[in-house]
Amino acid sequence: MTTSLTPALSHVGDFSLLFARTVREMVRRRPEWPVILDQLHHLGVMSLAIATVTALFTGMVLALQTSYSLAVYGAKLFVGDIVALSLVRELGPVLTSLMVGGRVGAGITAEIGTMKVTEQIDAIRAMAANPVRKLVVPKVLAIVIMLPVLVILADCVGVMGGMIMAVTTLNQESSFYLQRVTSSLSMHDVFSGLGKTIVFALFISLIACHNGLHAEGGADGVGRATTQTVVASSLCVLISDFFLTKFFLAF
Amino acid sequence: MSEAFVRFEEVYKSFGPKQVLEGVDLEIRRGETMVVLGGSGSGKSVLIRHIIGLHRPDRGHVFVDGEDVVDLDEEELVPVRKKVAMLFQGGALFDSMNVRENIAYSLREHTDLDEDAIRATVRAKLALVGLEGVEDLMPAELSGGMKKRVALARSIAMEPRCILYDEPTTGLDPVTANTINDLIREMQRQLKVTSVVVTHDIQSAFYVGDRIGYLYGGKMHFVGTVDEARSSDEPRLRGFLSGGREGAHV
Repeated sequence: MTTSLTPALSHVGDFSLLFARTVREMVRRRPEWPVILDQLHHLGVMSLAIATVTALFTGMVLALQTSYSLAVYGAKLFVGDIVALSLVRELGPVLTSLMVGGRVGAGITAEIGTMKVTEQIDAIRAMAANPVRKLVVPKVLAIVIMLPVLVILADCVGVMGGMIMAVTTLNQESSFYLQRVTSSLSMHDVFSGLGKTIVFALFISLIACHNGLHAEGGADGVGRATTQTVVASSLCVLISDFFLTKFFLAF
Repeated sequence: MSEAFVRFEEVYKSFGPKQVLEGVDLEIRRGETMVVLGGSGSGKSVLIRHIIGLHRPDRGHVFVDGEDVVDLDEEELVPVRKKVAMLFQGGALFDSMNVRENIAYSLREHTDLDEDAIRATVRAKLALVGLEGVEDLMPAELSGGMKKRVALARSIAMEPRCILYDEPTTGLDPVTANTINDLIREMQRQLKVTSVVVTHDIQSAFYVGDRIGYLYGGKMHFVGTVDEARSSDEPRLRGFLSGGREGAHV
């Protein structure tokens, strides 16, 4: 029991240290904007397709499923309410984070991990530079900025997906659907969704960087670290979602 | 010439259950080229990585230019790392940057030089290692020997007082290996730096070194001049130099 707990606790300790160092470097040094802009493009803009396609079909499926369930109670008119609330509060943040997290998390771990096993991280340290400032800070900032933007876009696209189904299969007027959407949503719903997303972004980026910085043993080690990133960041998103939902419901 | 630039005092280092260094004592004098010879896995690379704090000893002290670097944190190591550059075994060039950006890395990090001055410095450092017109190439487009040269140009960009060479000729053909050996001597002659070369290449060691140290079983078993190494009757060193044909079995 003790032996199996030790590596897990060691990981948690290393992860917490990386978080503290990242925050310290963010506060102490001027951000390197050209690098951050490059990361915003690579990690954010390049994830646009995956986030919007996921949201579009989620919105469409959600509308279809709820319309069948609501038909039993004669409440098909409320499809817009349910699609909007489900997407903005839960599915938008969680599914976008899972999809984007898988894509960018794996990429970050593979990139930093390869740098680690080919001594490029040591070379940064040997040249009196700080790998956390040079590599981790731009990636964390880029994901924390871009993931909420992607979630807002995904929410909009998902709601549109629901509208396509409402109009084409439920014969609702688009204006009626949109009126149900806007009347059902409050600012609290939007901000709780975005609040969760920022926490998810921190988990995804820090887990990916941490696993990359601790990769060992050549290509095999990088592969293992990449897999661990996808699994760990997905689990963290899903588990933290429960506690964050409880937290936001309390307000 | 006689004052020590780097001094190891009773340095112990282990990785998990594997004890790599077991009380290493070694003095590297200012301006000399010290070659640390030893077999694969003998801890040579681990030893020199202690000099710039890439590894911390479990026990013992490492002095660089009179300062004990063992307890320095990453921030406090910055001045030490500006004084001591390292050429990594595989070059460790940044894959995502071209040759110019690789060499300019420390200049951008630690100086306020403008773009023209940086370009001029990069050209000058490349000329020192016998390369020109490669600034826009990516590391993937370079041969093994060129990578080592570019990595050497990168390590001398900040004009260090000491250069650490980790297996500089490993994986190179004999002609390219000799070119790198010549470069190490040339750096020594032109830049008057202290050099530490770790290698298992005996020919290279005798060619570039002023003094030789032989690391075996985590300890230095011999330290002396090249001539003293050639005529030494230290059994383990003899065994290593003869490829296991005489002296103690290595």
